[in-house]
Amino acid sequence: MLEIRNLHVHYGAVKALKGISLAVGSGQIVALIGANGAGKSTSLRAISGIADVSSGEIIFDGIDITNKPPHVIVFAGISHAPEGRMIFANLTTRENLEMGAYLRKDKGEIRKDIEYLFSIFPKLKERINQPGGKLSGGEQQMLAIGRALLARPKLLLLDEPSLGIAPILVKTIFQKIVEINKELQTTILLVEQNAHMALSIADYGYVMETGEIRLHAPASELAQNEEVKKAYLGM
Amino acid sequence: MKCHLPKLYLLLSLILCGIILIFEKNISPYYYQVIVYIGINIILASSLNIINGFAGQFSLGHAGFMAAGAYTSAVITSSMHISPGSLASYPAFLFSLICAGIIASLFGLMVGIPSLRLKGDYLAITTLGFGEIIRVIIQNLDFLGAARGFTGIAKLSDFFWVFGIISILIFLVYNLINSTYGKGFLAVRDDEIAASAVGIDVTRYKVIAFVFGAFFAGIAGGLYAHFVTYINPSQFGFLRSFEIVVMVVVGGMGNIIGVIISAAILTILPEALRSIAQYRMVIYALLLVIIMLLREGEFLGGRFNIKRLWKKSPAET
Repeated sequence: MLEIRNLHVHYGAVKALKGISLAVGSGQIVALIGANGAGKSTSLRAISGIADVSSGEIIFDGIDITNKPPHVIVFAGISHAPEGRMIFANLTTRENLEMGAYLRKDKGEIRKDIEYLFSIFPKLKERINQPGGKLSGGEQQMLAIGRALLARPKLLLLDEPSLGIAPILVKTIFQKIVEINKELQTTILLVEQNAHMALSIADYGYVMETGEIRLHAPASELAQNEEVKKAYLGM
Repeated sequence: MKCHLPKLYLLLSLILCGIILIFEKNISPYYYQVIVYIGINIILASSLNIINGFAGQFSLGHAGFMAAGAYTSAVITSSMHISPGSLASYPAFLFSLICAGIIASLFGLMVGIPSLRLKGDYLAITTLGFGEIIRVIIQNLDFLGAARGFTGIAKLSDFFWVFGIISILIFLVYNLINSTYGKGFLAVRDDEIAASAVGIDVTRYKVIAFVFGAFFAGIAGGLYAHFVTYINPSQFGFLRSFEIVVMVVVGGMGNIIGVIISAAILTILPEALRSIAQYRMVIYALLLVIIMLLREGEFLGGRFNIKRLWKKSPAET
């Protein structure tokens, strides 16, 4: 479904990605793990068109989307829940969700989708008319995921969904991610520092280090890999 | 039925503007002038509110757009030799105001494009410079009267024009901001990256905000020119831009009703303080400081909700 070939991204003189290649198959959950500054978030930002690609290719459903503007990429079916949540603090929960469906015209379907979303994240329904900035960290994360889902993406990019969230909630959020993957058949590319959690739900995993892909294997294999265990799983 | 309510209000307020027209002969010229100034300032502040308040692009060049509109409409009506009260004056004035808006929005487009690369303070300085450029250019154009000013403009603005345009502007802004399309402005203001991640064309929104805001600033300039009948470049200096920004900030960025009220208050205030002559501006400044202290938290919060005018800001509670 998504294929990245030899992708390079620079921030000024700093090389953030030094030629990464990866593939995400339809219906999969793929995890991208690694330490701070490895280039995980940059990879997602390059896919969704927020970061400029200096060379390489990003192919989505057979179409080249490299360096296309972000709104075109959303329209093509890729939705990004950015790191640090980045919800619209002054818009209400409902308005935030409606913004997620910004490119859709089918009002009735949008309403249904919002109702469905509330069945996945009942907490959000309680907060429906509150400004997004007043939600708790976990609720904001749910809102960010929900907002990204409302674009009805084929591919959902999740950037650090566990960042700054209470440990009990982390588990819930990961369960919901699996639920979304199974029930909506949404393909998910997940960037995560919590490697243990990410590998437990993913089908396939990539390990990044200083802008390069270090290792890649099915998630269950990766979780057993000695090197990964030592470096990322703390075992 | 609910969705027709704003349209009903628009119709009612336009009729009201017509009725007020009957009474305007009975108002003393001084109060008449102050009321028209209030109206023009409401248009200026509300249009700046689109750029600063809703789209979050801090602009300090509103007087420049106003000047572009004022001179455009003045040139048009003067070249047509329109006399006030004649039947032809109404369509001609409308035409000149629309042209004023269009020329001003062209300038808005020119400022909007650099704004794509600049943020915050840098954008504010750029727009400030741009406003001054418009003023200085006019100052050096001889056919516009240069620094001597442009004289002999027909007195065409009256209550009906000023308040009619306010009604239309507020109607447009209100509908825009409550539509999904218009919420895009608020999304861009809150977080540009998140806005582009949900599929909003951030670039387009920023430019549209500048074009739309400048359009009405140009119309306000046209109304102003045809009210005072004499314009010169020094009327559209930096201080004018600053006054408009103050109105928006005091009213609450993105708060439609707050901005209208603050535009009215801040127009009346210097007039009301006229009796104490030389201390006037000192007290004016002092009152501004007090107002800002009292509603400090409203700076970023609060939008188009009348209740929020009196409620405590989220930051304080």
